Amino acid sequence: MDPRRASRTVSDPKIRQVGFFAPPSDRSFSGPPDPISTSTSTPNPVTTTANTSSPPPISDLSPSGNSLSPVMIPPPRHSSDTTHRPVPFPPVSPLRRDTLSLTVGSYNNNNNIIISSSPTASFYEESKGITVKASSVPASGLTTVSVVKTLPPGFTETIVEKVGGSVEMQNDLPANSKPLKERTSKAERRALQEAQRAAKAAAKAEGSKLPATTSGAVASANAKPTKATKPSSQKNDSATVASSEKKGGDRPPEKDRKKDAPHPRMQYDDKSRVEKAKRRAVVKQTEARNRVELFRHLPQYEHGTQLPDLESKFFQLDPVHPVVYKVGLQYISGDISGGNARCIAMLQAFQEAIKDYSTPDEKTLTRDLTAKINSYVSFLNECRPLSISMGNAIRFLKNRIAKLPLTLSESEAKAFLQSDIEQFINEKIILADKVIVKHAVTKIRDGDVLLTYGSSSAVEMILLHAHELGKQFRVVIVDSRPKLEGQLLLRRLVGKGLSCTYANINAVSYIMHEVTRVFLGASSVLSNGTVYSRVGTACVAMVAHEFRVPVLVCCEAYKFHERVQLDSICSNELGDPDAISKVPGREDINYLDGCTNSENLQLLNLIYDATPSDYVSMIVTDYGMVPPTSVPVIVREYCRDQVWI
Amino acid sequence: MWWRSASFILDHRLQEDPPNNIASSSKEPDTLSTLSPPQTHSSFMAAADPFNPIPNPKISAYYQTRAAHTAVVTSDWLAQAQAAVGHHPDDSPAPQTQLLASPSASGKSFCVINEFNNWRKQPDLAEAVAAIRALAAVIRASEATTMMELEIELKKASDSLKSWDTTSISLTAGCDLFMRYVTRTSALEYEDFNSARSRLIERAEKFGEISCKARRIIAMLSQDFIFDGCTILVHGFSRVVLEVLKTAAQNKKLFRVFCTEGRPDRTGLRLSNELAKLDVPVKLLIDSAVAYTMDEVDMVFVGADGVVESGGIINMMGTYQIALVAHSMNKPVYVAAESYKFARLYPLDQKDMAPALRPMDFGVPIPSKVEVERSARDYTPPQYLTLLFTDLGVLTPSVVSDELIQLYL
Repeated sequence: MDPRRASRTVSDPKIRQVGFFAPPSDRSFSGPPDPISTSTSTPNPVTTTANTSSPPPISDLSPSGNSLSPVMIPPPRHSSDTTHRPVPFPPVSPLRRDTLSLTVGSYNNNNNIIISSSPTASFYEESKGITVKASSVPASGLTTVSVVKTLPPGFTETIVEKVGGSVEMQNDLPANSKPLKERTSKAERRALQEAQRAAKAAAKAEGSKLPATTSGAVASANAKPTKATKPSSQKNDSATVASSEKKGGDRPPEKDRKKDAPHPRMQYDDKSRVEKAKRRAVVKQTEARNRVELFRHLPQYEHGTQLPDLESKFFQLDPVHPVVYKVGLQYISGDISGGNARCIAMLQAFQEAIKDYSTPDEKTLTRDLTAKINSYVSFLNECRPLSISMGNAIRFLKNRIAKLPLTLSESEAKAFLQSDIEQFINEKIILADKVIVKHAVTKIRDGDVLLTYGSSSAVEMILLHAHELGKQFRVVIVDSRPKLEGQLLLRRLVGKGLSCTYANINAVSYIMHEVTRVFLGASSVLSNGTVYSRVGTACVAMVAHEFRVPVLVCCEAYKFHERVQLDSICSNELGDPDAISKVPGREDINYLDGCTNSENLQLLNLIYDATPSDYVSMIVTDYGMVPPTSVPVIVREYCRDQVWI
Repeated sequence: MWWRSASFILDHRLQEDPPNNIASSSKEPDTLSTLSPPQTHSSFMAAADPFNPIPNPKISAYYQTRAAHTAVVTSDWLAQAQAAVGHHPDDSPAPQTQLLASPSASGKSFCVINEFNNWRKQPDLAEAVAAIRALAAVIRASEATTMMELEIELKKASDSLKSWDTTSISLTAGCDLFMRYVTRTSALEYEDFNSARSRLIERAEKFGEISCKARRIIAMLSQDFIFDGCTILVHGFSRVVLEVLKTAAQNKKLFRVFCTEGRPDRTGLRLSNELAKLDVPVKLLIDSAVAYTMDEVDMVFVGADGVVESGGIINMMGTYQIALVAHSMNKPVYVAAESYKFARLYPLDQKDMAPALRPMDFGVPIPSKVEVERSARDYTPPQYLTLLFTDLGVLTPSVVSDELIQLYL
């Protein structure tokens, strides 16, 4: 905080520009020989394949960059088909076949529009025949619960099915890959294009590195082709340059855009990337059988299978540092949960790993360590998708590594980084919480009834502190299945002598009329004021808004993110579907026991949801109490460039 | 945010047509630019002697000042109220110690509160501007030899000013903003003391000047929103709103004004009086007739005691309900407020702020068993406001918080 303020206040107050203005182009980042870009984008032995295959515009500074999150997608339908076939499913089969053929019909129509210009019409015809054949198998992957039963083939459904269908096709018929490629969705085509481009650039970079190994700066596999081609020949790259020019248009130059554009997340329905990621994966995840259609872009795994496997691998020689490995296992098992706890655990593991790190021969610390951290991050991401706060912390750390002065010796650099991490944990998490508590307590008056949902560490601290101050208030803890985290909070609060009421989320509209304040925690707060938090938060906030009860969201500023999200679909995390189908200890209500494997049942256990900013009265952060409309200001002023401290 | 003040509009206008406009604008603000406080003592002010600045802690001093400046019939019943309540013997020591603290350091007879009170007597000078002037005088009178000393002295002075009246939002905000604006530069630490001190004085003066001009700037900015033939509803007496309407009348705009009565101190009567002098058609309403007349109204203009971080305003009681009625009938609600009223407060609801109490006069004796709501102001949430006219420009409510964040963090 201090260096930043100093830079702003060094002289007399200046004229500040408001509204839209073009920033000086060289202000927000350093020039080409920047150690960041060189160190992070140079292909290095550890992550060679990863880097070359990753899409160009993503810098490795981004922790949740898609190249880092490998998954395993098993051949999707074979196993499920075989497991399913014995299950008798025919009762509705005539009807089903009817609707299916209808879907197929519209599917074909749909494709005709896309494909009509394709030269490989014969292939297409062939594949169409196959489609029909496949769909005549009673329980093919094309069926979904909602679609097949009720609908005439609506347009959107058919699109969804198309994607599913094409996955199917390719697995069934590898020989048909060429025409099928034509029919891949736009995102897939684009991904493929980008992958090819990256590969090309990488190849060239390798070539140019041989003569000039000293100028490692230019050998960036991750950079866009335009950048990579600068020193080397232009000959075979004109096409890609042209295309990127066309795409770029009149937008600011490459680096600007790279900085401005939010990096795309890994889309798990993008099979080419998923395949690549799978090859590198340490954690062997098994794909869930009945994936929810709408959430195909998110990783959906079988839960509870990886832990024994990983535990047995603990003593194998592995690129992952044992401390990081341990933290990863704790993520999987759920021993560490909650945004702050996960982030602190990760940072401390990195601290430990940095302590044990020594630079191999013929490598520089900044590059090699960044690569190491990348591999750790990808491992942790396999264990459980990273939260946004962890992403910010990783960005901070990588930024720190990249900005290390070259004159430092290795031990000095390591000590430097460790103290940086320590400082981040202290200032941005622990101290920030204290400040939040200090602010939020002023909003608690005697006689208040405070409602909280789930278990948020910040809210817990606020309640305890208010109790210590002797304020007279009552707490309503609203909780929900399957995690029932509120019970833990309840236990701790009751232990401290607070008077509490415990209710399930079903009762929230009943209990809300007596509530005077709602305190909520958040996993992240996004640039449009959307609060990304434990699923159910949006519901509580909405009910509170309807009852005109002020909703206070407590969130440390390091969890703020410049992304904008409008719904909880495009980015989310899926939990164990069994958790919602089974109630442990209640044999009498396990109605779903036999059906969880059936094809037309898809269990959706979302972990997060997005609360629109309309329902939030105030966001309490370490920078004070701000309205949700001011989140972009904080992101712009304090979270820019991940300076943080 | 101060250095971004839209005062250029005013300067520009003055340069453009000096002959007629300066004549009109220099009629009243001449007294504003004088640096020595005028020595006029109104009879009411004499009653509140500076060494016991808060004669009755239950009544907001801010509203006393306002009453002295703006109300039609005030002094007599205020005096009665004071006499009725009497003095609390135990509230005098606190202000006295503060008063002793600030001047005794320099051993001089200079006192912020005195200075402030002198400035405050000018009916045209807002309380916050008086405080800013007083604080500037502190710097000038200071005999400190180091920056730290000066800063501490300034801090003490501003604290004593703030504690003089904790209910006044603009006073607190003005003091805070002054401190931020004047002392926030690390460059001060590298200069030698004298140049740093003169820089501070220079800034303090600039700040005072901007604050003084603010009202004119707002009046200029708001002219685009007043169109011919419109009907404007105003609530209470706000000097900024009066300035806006006065400027509009001078610009030969045709409009009429509905004034609410503004119980209990009937500030609306005073405003209607002023407007009638300007030959603006005025209609006076009782406060409860707002919804009845709202369909005739084109826009609502209100002032503000304070603009809070959410973008909402704290203003005289009744503003909230007017805003609600206007919102439900889709009429725009415009707020005219100088930027020294931007306060770091974030009320969540009406009861979430320190209440400013004032005496209520119902005309008849109230039985002792009947409770009287005596709060003087309410909070209007930002969703019911359309635009804020400030000397920083015309802002939407959400920008207020952005400005505050930039300034304070």
